Amino acid sequence: MRPFSYERSLNPVMAAQKSLQGGVRLLAGGTNLLDLLKEGVEDATKLVDITRIPLAEIREENGGVRIGALAKNADTADNPLIRRQYPLLSQAILAGASAQIRNMATDGGNLMQRTRCPYFYDIAMPCNKRVPGTGCGAREGLNKMHALFGWSESCVAVHPSDMCVALAALDATVQVQGADGKERSIPFTDFHRLPGDQPQKDNTLQPGEVIVALVLPKPIFTDKSHYLKVRDRASYAFALVSVAAGLETKGGKVQQVRLAMGGVAHKPWRAVEAEKALVGKAPTEANFLLAAEAEMKNARPLEHNAFKVDLGKRAIVRALSRANGAA
Amino acid sequence: MFDPDERETNYLTDLQIMSEDLGVGPEGAEILAQMDLPTRRRFLTYATAAVVGVFAIPGSSRAERVGALETWARSNVPLSAPGQEETMTLSLQVNGATKKVAVDPRTVLLDALRERMGMTGTKKGCDHGQCGACTVLVDGRRVLSCLTLAAQVDGQSVTTIEGLAQGDTLHPLQEAFIKHDAYQCGYCTPGQICSAVGMLNEAKQGAASYVTKDVRKTMTVLTDDEIRERMSGNICRCGAYPKIVSAIHEVHSGKVARQTWAFHKDEDELFEEVSHETV
Repeated sequence: MRPFSYERSLNPVMAAQKSLQGGVRLLAGGTNLLDLLKEGVEDATKLVDITRIPLAEIREENGGVRIGALAKNADTADNPLIRRQYPLLSQAILAGASAQIRNMATDGGNLMQRTRCPYFYDIAMPCNKRVPGTGCGAREGLNKMHALFGWSESCVAVHPSDMCVALAALDATVQVQGADGKERSIPFTDFHRLPGDQPQKDNTLQPGEVIVALVLPKPIFTDKSHYLKVRDRASYAFALVSVAAGLETKGGKVQQVRLAMGGVAHKPWRAVEAEKALVGKAPTEANFLLAAEAEMKNARPLEHNAFKVDLGKRAIVRALSRANGAA
Repeated sequence: MFDPDERETNYLTDLQIMSEDLGVGPEGAEILAQMDLPTRRRFLTYATAAVVGVFAIPGSSRAERVGALETWARSNVPLSAPGQEETMTLSLQVNGATKKVAVDPRTVLLDALRERMGMTGTKKGCDHGQCGACTVLVDGRRVLSCLTLAAQVDGQSVTTIEGLAQGDTLHPLQEAFIKHDAYQCGYCTPGQICSAVGMLNEAKQGAASYVTKDVRKTMTVLTDDEIRERMSGNICRCGAYPKIVSAIHEVHSGKVARQTWAFHKDEDELFEEVSHETV
């Protein structure tokens, strides 16, 4: 690691102000940032440790739940309110990383983690996300783990989070605070962005803004949800494809459905086409497959990841079937 | 005798002379001051910048030279200065004893333990949070010491493999690992055991896992599939997993366990898997 100094901040606004200084990075759980600093992918002259800011509370608010940005992943997944009312979120968090990492990583940090694209990590390789203008090593390289949707010629990387896939399906909002102390809410699906010609920007945070909370709306489909993660090994691996599914049925018809996918795009991918195709239909496997096909027909596979199109279809069908109560 | 104060004074004097010589004057010094560099680093920056010719812009104004220095320093300074420049004094409770240690801010807990406190029980495997060999308990929770800055845990309590036994009495998990021969080379073992201690505490409090069928329900009795999933952050290159699972199972259940294994069958699924019990 290149030399940096370390200090602690106990106030989100002061931390936000500090983050505007050149070379300053905010340090939360550190599970991604420290690794990137070790690899020389990220650079910092000063780390401002924000982990002792009192922003870890999880509480009911307006019929929903407000999660402080510094709540640990493990504490969120195991919080009784979350387990009871948003089991989809608990499941998704528990599908990510390892227990040790979930004990360290914060929820705000989970949103801020960078892609695990190997070309982003390898500083000997070109990468528009790491050094804009150098090209994309993955576009014509080994791209098995890369995007199916929303990629651009400048970047085909995917967002690595599981938790964020559930938050996209749950229609959460991200509460952020600026260096001037002003707060604003960002709908979760607008928080992360597609690469376009600026893949260095992962999200829509403005300079000096910090995440202070995640807000979950009133719980829906608590009884009918499922997070399915498909990966190269059974545990402790990033998703090839993952699906967060939630259903509400009435009179044998799907009233409401939420589907989001991980491992397929630069941001958690809300499967809007599949959702549209399923509303008003009977929750049968045949209809789930039609919905999955409606979504996946828009996939644009790369050289090595075409298998994820079929995999994605099957994952959607299985996640919906499990959400609907199949064993 | 070496006198650090004298050295500091010499650097400052040299710095002033050099600033004037290079034509960047106090503005240049201020830019580097804003970068929070120690005096010696600032001195080295000037010296190196001069050598590589940052200031050699023909007919340039002072402002241009200052600008060139800033651009150059931002991208090159950290690389140009080797060695420890800055230290922080931390106080950690390690295995019940207060340890004061002076570290560079970059020092991760793993290196503080091994290199600064001489406690080599905690192992460095991948150093990137992918193997779990460096697992320790901070305030009772299992974490990766390779991705934790020592400064982050200042004032907190750290338990390592060295702190689990009570005198000559081994921790039940240490005993079980020996009884079940739950290792081959042993390199991942301290991390496995610390992780298992943390994991069993989590389970006692009813924590769920990804293989828990319904996270809305609290469960405190672990199947072997639950143990495997919850221990997946600890990689064993020798493949001692069946014995690690049986050792943990024995401590968890309080009943004698033996290791089992089975070939995967195509009809097995993650959630439908027969919960392989070792008892």
